[in-house]
Amino acid sequence: MKRIWSWGAIVFGGLYFLLPLIGTVEFSLRMRRGEYSLDAYRSVLADPQFRATFSYSVVMALLTIVLGVLIVVPTAYWVRLRLPRLRPVIEFITLLPLVIPAIVVVFGYIRLYNTSSILPLTGTASGTNLLLLCGYATLALPYMYRAVDTGLSTLDVRSLTEAAQSLGAGWTRIIGSLILPNVLGAVMSGAFLSFAIVIGEFTMAALLNRPAFGPYMQLLGANRAYEPAALAVIAFAATWGCMGVMQLISRLAGVRKTAK
Amino acid sequence: MMSRFGWNWLGIVPFLAFAGLFLVLPTMNIVIGAFQNPEGHFTLANLAGLASPRIVDSFAISIKVSLASALLGCLIGFAMAAAVVMGGVPDWIKAPLMTFSGVASNFAGVPLAFAFIATLGRVGLVTMLLKQWFGINIYAMGFNLLSFWGLTLTYLFFQIPLMILIITPALEGLKREWREAAEVLGASSGQYWRMVALPILFPSLLGTFALLFANSFGAVATAYALTGSSLSIVPIMLFAQIRGDVLQDPHLGYAMAFGMIVVTGLANLAYVIMRSRAERWMR
Repeated sequence: MKRIWSWGAIVFGGLYFLLPLIGTVEFSLRMRRGEYSLDAYRSVLADPQFRATFSYSVVMALLTIVLGVLIVVPTAYWVRLRLPRLRPVIEFITLLPLVIPAIVVVFGYIRLYNTSSILPLTGTASGTNLLLLCGYATLALPYMYRAVDTGLSTLDVRSLTEAAQSLGAGWTRIIGSLILPNVLGAVMSGAFLSFAIVIGEFTMAALLNRPAFGPYMQLLGANRAYEPAALAVIAFAATWGCMGVMQLISRLAGVRKTAK
Repeated sequence: MMSRFGWNWLGIVPFLAFAGLFLVLPTMNIVIGAFQNPEGHFTLANLAGLASPRIVDSFAISIKVSLASALLGCLIGFAMAAAVVMGGVPDWIKAPLMTFSGVASNFAGVPLAFAFIATLGRVGLVTMLLKQWFGINIYAMGFNLLSFWGLTLTYLFFQIPLMILIITPALEGLKREWREAAEVLGASSGQYWRMVALPILFPSLLGTFALLFANSFGAVATAYALTGSSLSIVPIMLFAQIRGDVLQDPHLGYAMAFGMIVVTGLANLAYVIMRSRAERWMR
């Protein structure tokens, strides 16, 4: 009896999750009348706009990861080493992006950094790019911080630091060639999650008017029939790729730790 | 000692500067704007302005969609998690389900909308199959993807996985002894659930429900790509307001954004409180 209910829940849920995936793949192959073809993918990949926006978002995602690591790793390390009492406060701040909707944050950007403000970032394309980058780093902050902080919790930060200091290492050296390599697995998992979030992000890019992949997908969705399905398949594959690599890394890291 | 503590502060200055400039100040700016008139004086008129039928309607439908998708997400996610943790389903299902949940809970946004259009849109796969195989035309029966139920159904695609991710550890935390103790005292399986397991899980369930609620309340991209501006939920209306001042009053826009923060803030607060209650049992 119990087993029937369990299987029922799994099959029902499985169908709910599988059908949209199958539906999308099937729809993306339907472009040519009467037979399945890859025309929709061809059409998407041949679109120069696709290449431009996709590479824009990839570059933004990579820069987001770099900025995120630069902000999060030293902070999480320092808080653990010297300011443990502030940890709840810092943690609270890093969780704020999950509470404040992205649309409100970007609304604030537009109001705070408009052309008539002290810091008119939205006045130029490069300024707006920088603003979007910081916005993305904010979105990724909760995931990045949690990943790195968990990574740090497995280390004896104090002893490592004292050992390095007694060997004459400075702060940049300690963080760059001691702490960072030790939490690399955690950093990577945060990085892939950030990548998956940034690559298709819509709200911030659209409201800041940047030519990113998310707004491009939305525009294509409003104007075409079959290409959006092909895009969805590509985006889903990219997300899966990122998450798959992330899980692999965390599993490998886990194996290494238990092997020790 | 005092001076050492003073120097230690410097280490987190970059972080605080970043969070201040790109998270706290922009949000504060909107909140303050919600309480200012165009001349910059304090006023409650903007908040009072939220009572206009259009805005009240948008909050009502947003809250309805969020409640429905959170409730169904909790129920279905709980059923699936319970099935793998204790329902006698083979063990190999668990790992793929958790991996998939990790991916799908992050698969919100524009592509998700496309996936559902391709599946349940007017010429979507499921729509067509239902018509061809069973002669059921769901659109003739009044279903529309660009509606309350359509949006709820789409949101479930990231709500259910989030529920599975959060509730599975809680289910695994139910101690075997509790069930055995209940059985020794003659409790049926139903009684065990009703009188032991569910009361223990209740804070976790309620907390996750609040989190799911906030999760769908703030979602913009999925709804925008799915319905355009035909379904005026709060984030869509705010989006239109930021783009083109559709309310014809910038400060009313700030008030609306403030309203959004209040709703998601309260939901998250409920989550935090419930989680700390849940942890009492999980030691």
